[in-house]
Amino acid sequence: MSAGSVLLWVVLPYVAVTIFIVGHVWRYRHDQFGWTSRSTQLLEHRLLAWGSPLFHYGALAAIGGHVLGILIPPAATGAVGIDEDAYHLLAVIGGGIAGAATVVGFLILLYRRATVRRVAVTTSWLDIAAYGLLAFAIGVGTAETLAVQAFGDAFDYRDSVGAWFRSLVTFQPETESITDARLIFQIHAISAWPLYALWPFTRLVHAWSIPLQYIGRPYILYRQRYPAAR
Amino acid sequence: MRVRAQMGMVMALDKCIGCHTCSVTCKQVWTNRPGAEYMWFNDVETKPGVGYPKRWEDQEQWRGGWELDRKGRLRLKGGGRLKKLLSIFSNPDMPAIDDYYEPWTYDYKTLIEAPLSKQDPVARPRSQLTGEEIEIKWGPNWDDNLAGTAGRLEQDPAMEGLQEQVKASYEEAFMFYLPRICEHCLNPSCVASCPSGAMYKREEDGIVLVDQAKCRGWRFCVSGCPYKKVYFNHRTGKAEKCTLCYPRIEAGLPTICSETCVGRIRYLGLVLYDSDRVEAAASVPDEHDLLDAQRDVFCDPEDPEVRAQAARDGIPDDWIEASRRSPVYALAMRYGVALPLHPEYRTLPMVWYVPPLSPIVNTLETDGYEADPDHILPAIDRMRIPVEYLANLLAAGDVEVIRDVLRRLAAMRGHMRKREILAEHDEQLPAGVGLSVTDVEDLYRLLAIGKYEDRYVIPQAHTELASHLMEQQGACGLDFEGGPGNCGMIADPAAAIEKANESFMLVDAAAKGGLGDAARLDAPSEPGDGGQDFNLLQVLHRGPGEQAGSG
Repeated sequence: MSAGSVLLWVVLPYVAVTIFIVGHVWRYRHDQFGWTSRSTQLLEHRLLAWGSPLFHYGALAAIGGHVLGILIPPAATGAVGIDEDAYHLLAVIGGGIAGAATVVGFLILLYRRATVRRVAVTTSWLDIAAYGLLAFAIGVGTAETLAVQAFGDAFDYRDSVGAWFRSLVTFQPETESITDARLIFQIHAISAWPLYALWPFTRLVHAWSIPLQYIGRPYILYRQRYPAAR
Repeated sequence: MRVRAQMGMVMALDKCIGCHTCSVTCKQVWTNRPGAEYMWFNDVETKPGVGYPKRWEDQEQWRGGWELDRKGRLRLKGGGRLKKLLSIFSNPDMPAIDDYYEPWTYDYKTLIEAPLSKQDPVARPRSQLTGEEIEIKWGPNWDDNLAGTAGRLEQDPAMEGLQEQVKASYEEAFMFYLPRICEHCLNPSCVASCPSGAMYKREEDGIVLVDQAKCRGWRFCVSGCPYKKVYFNHRTGKAEKCTLCYPRIEAGLPTICSETCVGRIRYLGLVLYDSDRVEAAASVPDEHDLLDAQRDVFCDPEDPEVRAQAARDGIPDDWIEASRRSPVYALAMRYGVALPLHPEYRTLPMVWYVPPLSPIVNTLETDGYEADPDHILPAIDRMRIPVEYLANLLAAGDVEVIRDVLRRLAAMRGHMRKREILAEHDEQLPAGVGLSVTDVEDLYRLLAIGKYEDRYVIPQAHTELASHLMEQQGACGLDFEGGPGNCGMIADPAAAIEKANESFMLVDAAAKGGLGDAARLDAPSEPGDGGQDFNLLQVLHRGPGEQAGSG
């Protein structure tokens, strides 16, 4: 393990994840008022009606695919009866659809943000930074899925990128498996960390507020102003 | 039975002169901020007219409020919980800014800095969304006084079914004003629509508020409210609404819109109601029964049993006494002249209206009629404001309800005219509409004289019941950047409120001790030591879009 690869494949991820966690705790404790999706639907809704669901559903599916492909070891999927060919088919088709939806949705949203003046003026530097990092990560990810996985010679990232990622998760970091991976996969793996580091300081925090508790909640909520009275 | 107190309002439309003072003073106090420019917590609409936002009354388009499913159970018209979560990325029923209007200001600098010239300088309108020059095509009250309604009259949803008798010609046109604020409903569909649980109804006085700290900007309250009185702040990304000026109400003062009302049309007072019967009342199958169902939910403060139960349910004695003097209860229940706006939305609204009578009486008098209930009945359908129109607005289309109220008002006028002008005493007039002479004369005093202390019976909030009052000082500023004034914080919102309950309403989390100190609404946010909290997005929002003039 060279110093450079340790910096890139061990230090960077842990620093980014530390900023990610500490940043979120700090933001949640001190900035509830700023914790919002910051929707611009009021200002423009026709493009949003297509772009936003495509992007969000696509991204959610893609995130699920990453969990399946990177976090879960091939042995585990094999144990439940999904062999390598079946997995590859699933990953390429499922990942292809999710990726396509994400890319198309993202492009619509970018076009909307750039061309609809009402929306454009609400855009902050933080938004631009987040969009840039997202665009890079999505772009590289889509390129590798198309060029290598779907139409190329299908690189086995689960035993390389996946192994490295799982070594980080289990706090036994190693760099050999990732440095052996194809360059485009290495770039995609690196592209995630700046995004995670920036995440808690942008409106991306709304991702943690998906209101699933609404499902089991009573409709009408009451609150007491002076509970001490009772 | 569980008795709660609700601060309600009645507006006597006869007295509204359409001056918009209420709207302006409300705006100065609450929505004169970036992101809130287009919001009017109070607005005054000319009826007939399309309203603000356009055609807000058409729930087939906007899908606000409640409806009954096939089994007769209450459900949100905008769809259930799952449908909401699935459409969270793009709310299909949300009005666009252009359905309200594009807010603008004027280039006032030109007036000051223009060089000397023969022509006066002109301040051009500039959009408050983009900062660019705009051509003004629509505004918050574009059809004021029927302006330009000739081609637009048929767009008023309440005109359905009475096209033939409505004439837009100058001689035969009718109009009246409808001031609107949040209804602070007993069964608020905005609260039910909020996925984050950020909206709530206050137990003490029924005021419906948005917790700015908990709101995540999912926008379903905006589409869920059938009155379109919850707004989305496009700068802060949070929902905002009429607060019923709760800081004033807590101090025993009327709301700004009431205080500054030139026509003195507004009445504020407590109504005691049984919260256990709210869901059943909102679920009655026939829309025409909703008015009576809501009246049945109200409790008579003259009933000693009601007062005893109210005391057991924690309502302070002076509040119970205040409810006995409530002008809202008197107008809605004792005299039966106030009606809820669009009861068919099934939200059990708590801002009621006395329908306008003046144009009717005037028309009749020129026809040789006296305002006598015996004579007014056959002529009622020839009145200037069609009863059908008022019925569509205030009685779910039930014209008999409107006729009944108009007869009471006419009887009051007839009785007082006979007493004051002809010096006659006739008990037949009041009796004919089911009121006593005392009732009618009390109603006259309340409506026509309208002393300040009779119009506003507002008991102060019991701040002595709250602990740690010192901590609250300065913890709730109204003027922080982007703040709507409603800065209620909750330390552990999830634990405090999210006590999932089988019942329709989460009514007793606090009573069971579930809320406790941590959830006190205006306590300083626990972990942040109060004053250290800030808004990251606001602080860092110095992006390329930050143009001078809109900030």
